[in-house]
Amino acid sequence: MAAIAMPKPSQETLRKRSKIVADLQKIVRGEGVICDEIEMRPYETDALTAYRQLPLVVVLPETVDQVSRVLKYCYDNDVKVVPRGAGTSLSGGALPLEDGVLLSMMKFNRILEIDLENRAVVTQPGVTNLGITTAVQQDGFYYAPDPSSQIACSIGGNIAENSGGVHSLKYGLTTNNLLGLEIVLITGEVIRLGGKHLDSEAYDLLALLTGSEGLLAIVTEVTVRVLQKPETARAALIGFPSSEEAGKCVAEIIGAGIIPGGMELMDKLAIDAAEDFVHAGYPLDVDALMIVELDGPEAEVDDLLKRVSAIAEKNGSSYLHVSQSEEERNTFWAGRKAAFPAVGRISPDYLCMDGTIPRAALPQVLQEMQELSEKHGLRVANVFHAGDGNLHPLILYDANIPGELAAAEAFGADILRLCVKVGGVLTGEHGVGIEKRDLMPEMYSEDDLKQQQRVKCAFDEKQLLNPGKMFPVLHRCAELGFMHVHQGQLPFPDIPRF
Amino acid sequence: MGEGFHPTTAEELEAVVKWAAAERTPLEVIGSGSKRNWGRAVQSAHTLRVDGIAGVIDYEPAELVLTVKAGTSLTDVQTLLKEHNQELPFEPADLSAVLGVPVQAGTIGGVLATNLSGPRRLKAGAARDHVLGLEAVSGRGEIFKAGGRVVKNVTGYDLSRGFCSSWGTLAVATSFSIKVLPRAAKECTFVLLGLTSQEASSAMSEAMGSSAEVSSAAHLPKGFCPLSQEHSITLLRLEGIPVSIEYRLDKLRSILKRFPSQELIEGQASRKTWGDLRDLIPFAGSDKPLWKLSVSPTAGQQVIAELEKRFAIRWMMDWAGGLVWVEMEGEGPHDVPLRRIITENGGGHATLLRGSVELRASVDVFQPQAETLMGLSKRLKAQFDPHGILNPGRMYAGI
Ligand SMILES: Cc1cc2nc3c(=O)[nH]c(=O)nc-3n(C[C@H](O)[C@H](O)[C@H](O)COP(=O)(O)OP(=O)(O)OC[C@H]3O[C@@H](n4cnc5c(N)ncnc54)[C@H](O)[C@@H]3O)c2cc1C
Ligand SMILES: Cc1cc2nc3c(=O)[nH]c(=O)nc-3n(C[C@H](O)[C@H](O)[C@H](O)COP(=O)(O)OP(=O)(O)OC[C@H]3O[C@@H](n4cnc5c(N)ncnc54)[C@H](O)[C@@H]3O)c2cc1C
Repeated sequence: MAAIAMPKPSQETLRKRSKIVADLQKIVRGEGVICDEIEMRPYETDALTAYRQLPLVVVLPETVDQVSRVLKYCYDNDVKVVPRGAGTSLSGGALPLEDGVLLSMMKFNRILEIDLENRAVVTQPGVTNLGITTAVQQDGFYYAPDPSSQIACSIGGNIAENSGGVHSLKYGLTTNNLLGLEIVLITGEVIRLGGKHLDSEAYDLLALLTGSEGLLAIVTEVTVRVLQKPETARAALIGFPSSEEAGKCVAEIIGAGIIPGGMELMDKLAIDAAEDFVHAGYPLDVDALMIVELDGPEAEVDDLLKRVSAIAEKNGSSYLHVSQSEEERNTFWAGRKAAFPAVGRISPDYLCMDGTIPRAALPQVLQEMQELSEKHGLRVANVFHAGDGNLHPLILYDANIPGELAAAEAFGADILRLCVKVGGVLTGEHGVGIEKRDLMPEMYSEDDLKQQQRVKCAFDEKQLLNPGKMFPVLHRCAELGFMHVHQGQLPFPDIPRF
Repeated sequence: MGEGFHPTTAEELEAVVKWAAAERTPLEVIGSGSKRNWGRAVQSAHTLRVDGIAGVIDYEPAELVLTVKAGTSLTDVQTLLKEHNQELPFEPADLSAVLGVPVQAGTIGGVLATNLSGPRRLKAGAARDHVLGLEAVSGRGEIFKAGGRVVKNVTGYDLSRGFCSSWGTLAVATSFSIKVLPRAAKECTFVLLGLTSQEASSAMSEAMGSSAEVSSAAHLPKGFCPLSQEHSITLLRLEGIPVSIEYRLDKLRSILKRFPSQELIEGQASRKTWGDLRDLIPFAGSDKPLWKLSVSPTAGQQVIAELEKRFAIRWMMDWAGGLVWVEMEGEGPHDVPLRRIITENGGGHATLLRGSVELRASVDVFQPQAETLMGLSKRLKAQFDPHGILNPGRMYAGI
């Protein structure tokens, strides 16, 4: 087991386990409470599989009332709660705690209302991301944020992680497509925010909840914006002799005022792995491959494709092929969307990183990453949302070789430090979870982190919801509320007055 | 006599807030004060003015990101962006005419603290959607930062967006990183004449639900302003490259062919039309109470119909019906029936934009919150500003 420490379990909670289970069974009857070790196994990890932990008990509520009562029970009895959607988090956000209830929201699996006149869908949080699009596509609509995991991941998990996808470059992340939420606080209180109207009426709690990684509240209902599908979408595969030229091309396309529907890059290792796996027709004699998708009316797409091709040529592209059919376009994307599993085939294990950098720093970061790769003696494949500077370096390692996981983690940490150094951030869309928790001080000062934790105190003063995630040091709320006070006269005669 | 602080650096600002926190003495936070007439009046001894902390920190047009100090004037920001053929996509309004305040440019901090967005909010998103990073001083007198300078970032809670629409009650911002976009090559407005508000509502809904990529949609009733003197008008704005606009225009013509009375406003005239609606020019020159209603788009016309049964009003719909501006005849107060009508029509919120000092003191200027939500808002306020020194009472009593 790897090195990230979780909060010490409460011995009292562990001791009272059978009573807690029995009490929870009174709230959620039948199969909604799982306490058998073998049946709990599937819940012991999310997609950060290097970390595993059996929970105290798994609870699968079906109604908001049950969620509210379970939370209130845990609040009254000081029991920790870890929310879980589909368990595809790559940062360990849904990793259970030994002394915590694992609250799975996957029985909340119904779409409640489709209101195309207002371009809104109201859904329960356990519905998959793709499930929303599926529900509205016969009318030409879709839900824009499209994580590669969209067949599996839940919309509740998307809210918790502020997930994005290939199309976020033009259409935004979860936070930009969210209209309303129903949440339950740890005290059991149910609160509704927003709706089908725009903009929050007071504090923008939707903004605080989106990306809060299950630390603030349980999401029990979601209202999202759906959009009409663009009439035409065409993708171009553009190959470059080096990543540096590809990086420059990306910056220049955006700089020219073109916002493509998607703009992705893959390096040599990723291209070869994806082509071998999916046979997407990728060129194998290039060092970097860009997929650019332009969407909109046909005339606009044609015009933009011409401009993009010209920019690519100017930046030394050695290969260009534009999709001639919907089928071909989908094949281009199939390779990209399967890039993670494809890399999984060429290495026993891999770590998927997720930093974001200013686009202009792309060539520098790729160069330094190669140097780091040599230093740590591990290979790295690069797949990224180039348009918004979001990198996904995949570090290849073998967990069966002693020390390799630790080396991979150290390499990953170095990559993220590099991202911060060039003006970027630790995570673009996968969340901090446990994975990047201890790196938070690389980006934030102690005061920054304390102010974030104070937000948590407003929602969850006892810090029972998903503790051990996101913050490297757990401060008690009372301690965070303490203020150093320097009473006295106005100490700054030299500050200008008006 | 209260002090009027006018710091020029974040450190000076921090010193002022630290002092106020220690003294437990409230501060009224103003950008340049252009929206003092909006919201509840603040009871405070001292004033903290932010527009001394001004200037561009970093702007690389190719990155589409601007980092700027919070007191920078909006005009300066807009001028700079325009030089590089870029803009703030959410097109904040100039409310000086409608609020009847002297011409004096607002600050970027004031725009973001109030989440002020114009007609293009419908497609481009609100002010808050474009904020990437924030540096601010909390009511504890501590500088903190959140977010960053890149578009995709989930490192920690999104305090930058959370700051927007907090009206200076949580923290005083000292700088922001903001996402900017290229200006559209061309714009034009497709106009339908003589529609009832019900017809307009469904026309706007159909247009928004099509692939015509309409970026703003408004409806002005007959007689409301010079533009709608003869007939009601329904406006659908298209922006982009010329070939694309042509195509989408044809698309709108055919989807909406059942409304044969169609016109086109092009180029500069189209820009001016949306600029005037953004700045609420048709409501300028009056001091009657003006309310901003945010409702689900199809409910806009129902809410108007209900209001017209009971009150004499002047109104217009923006955001495809989701934003309704209503000017009430008579002093009111109208807040209770107004909000009841919203609740009965799918929910939303109402904010008093313009009103006399007495009116603003006697009604809930902002939408009252359910008790549990209010409790949460108060706890949030206390975590940023435990002594309640920043703009006390600006939004709600106790906040
Ligand atoms: C192959 C693969 C590809 C991926 N590609 C992408 C991608 O392109 N873009 C991207 O952004 N992500 C991607 N991910 C990451 C992951 O799919 C997303 O983070 C997703 O949003 C997680 O959703 P989930 O339902 O699986 O949540 P889980 O993993 O179950 O939980 C994630 C977090 O959400 C919390 N949570 C879940 N449900 C709720 C709820 N109802 N209320 C409150 N908190 C809740 C949990 O506590 C946890 O902190 C990928 C993952 C994999 C395995
Ligand atoms: C003459 C004039 C010209 C204008 N021109 C344009 C224009 O060309 N285009 C356009 O779109 N808009 C324009 N505006 C609109 C104007 O920019 C907005 O009304 C703006 O939001 C007001 O900013 P302010 O600094 O005056 O805010 P104020 O009225 O001072 O403040 C509004 C609210 O924000 C809070 N606040 C202000 N700064 C901060 C901060 N740094 N941190 C925390 N809270 C803060 C205040 O406490 C208050 O609650 C113009 C306004 C005027 C008066």
